[in-house]
Amino acid sequence: MPSIYGPVTDWASDFDHAEPAYNANVHQIWDDLLNKQQCPVAHTERYGGAWLPITHEHVREIAYDTEHFTSRSVVVGVTKPSQFDPQPPPSPIGNAPPISSDPPFHAEARRLLLPAFSPKKIDPWAPEIRRICHQLIDEMGDVQFIDAAQQYSQDIPVQVIARMLGFPVEDADKFRNFVHLVLESVNEDRETRLAKFMIFDEYLTVQVNDHILNPRDDLTTYLLNAEIMGNKLSPEHVGGTIILLLVAGIDTTWSGIGSSLWHLASNAVDRRRLVDNPAMIPVAVEEFLRAYAPVTMARLVREDFDFHGHAMKEEDWVLLPFPAANRDPKVFDNADAVIIDRQENRHAAFGLGIHRCLGSNLARLEMNIAVEVFLERFPDFELNESEEVTWSVGQVRGPRKLPVRVTARS
Amino acid sequence: MQIRVDAEKCQGHSRCYALAPELFDIDDYGNAHELNDGVVPPELEVRARLAQANCPEFAIIIGD
Repeated sequence: MPSIYGPVTDWASDFDHAEPAYNANVHQIWDDLLNKQQCPVAHTERYGGAWLPITHEHVREIAYDTEHFTSRSVVVGVTKPSQFDPQPPPSPIGNAPPISSDPPFHAEARRLLLPAFSPKKIDPWAPEIRRICHQLIDEMGDVQFIDAAQQYSQDIPVQVIARMLGFPVEDADKFRNFVHLVLESVNEDRETRLAKFMIFDEYLTVQVNDHILNPRDDLTTYLLNAEIMGNKLSPEHVGGTIILLLVAGIDTTWSGIGSSLWHLASNAVDRRRLVDNPAMIPVAVEEFLRAYAPVTMARLVREDFDFHGHAMKEEDWVLLPFPAANRDPKVFDNADAVIIDRQENRHAAFGLGIHRCLGSNLARLEMNIAVEVFLERFPDFELNESEEVTWSVGQVRGPRKLPVRVTARS
Repeated sequence: MQIRVDAEKCQGHSRCYALAPELFDIDDYGNAHELNDGVVPPELEVRARLAQANCPEFAIIIGD
């Protein structure tokens, strides 16, 4: 679907992060904004007004400033939250707590989920993740040409989160389509979007009702039984958090795995180093997270506010491109270079401040195992140059088609 | 060498725990804290500096 806004005329004053050209050329766009245009904060009238800061200092400042910037909605869309139909998201809870929540409610909603995603709870998933990775490669058969995004990366996180929530694993396509709707179709017309939302909402109700009737040991039952300040969570809170876990847990990690494999398919030296020395993979994954961080978050300006000379208006969108912050030469030596044994790596791929990605431990585990198993099974592979790599659209960036030619297998 | 995690700044990225589990632990909520009263034996000083340099929130403080 084309953007309702038409082609971008100028990235400093008319940017559109959901135009396909943005993610496909994003490093060039940030470099041009910074070096040629001397514009560390870009602006657009699209989406009712939005800002794009790109330095580490600015991104960090906004991420920490919950007074001037609210998380009421974290995905930039055509409609501002105050105009949401049938009603605006309740402040400070929002539609998908805790990502959409502000202090002080945020801490309560987050505290509820943190233990389930702590390293000590997540690490035991390793054998299951490894089994899923091997199974996906087994299912490819003995073929030379594969799509590492479609046949591998995209299926790993969706299968894990479905199991954690206690949802049918065979509904993976439904989750993926829904996530696509939330994250990628942001500049489509609103009736189309709303109609698709309703279908998934009905699906979610069926799953939640099944958990009410048949409680089991999973995150959905946990949320249904959880309490905040002595009260059970509202159905909207339970549904919103499930949506958050699906949206945040699927496209993001899929993109992280895909970008890592894209890098390895394009760089024979790095590929060889990791095949010869798999113990290097965790450090390399941190560098892939820095250089190809998938997630750009968003905030809304709480009230009119001057941000370093930029007159931000109430309810303007502000994108938080952590991937751009990760390439800031003031913070990272050789920021443009991908150095797979980079020792000092303070990257912000999982965000900064109170909204640090809740699933970061799970995402890291999935990325590490996915890269390890892929290299173990396919010790040599390269981009299949006869087909095109395509990139996602919107606030989560990663390859959606990754044609690869396997040249060695074990 | 002495290390300390600034609890106000720590947001639970778990990098210190991953890089130097002999020096840091984390609670169920992901908050990191220093082990052994923050005393770093000489052979682990490199690891302490590595943990500090990888904390996205600048939450690890090294003293003498």
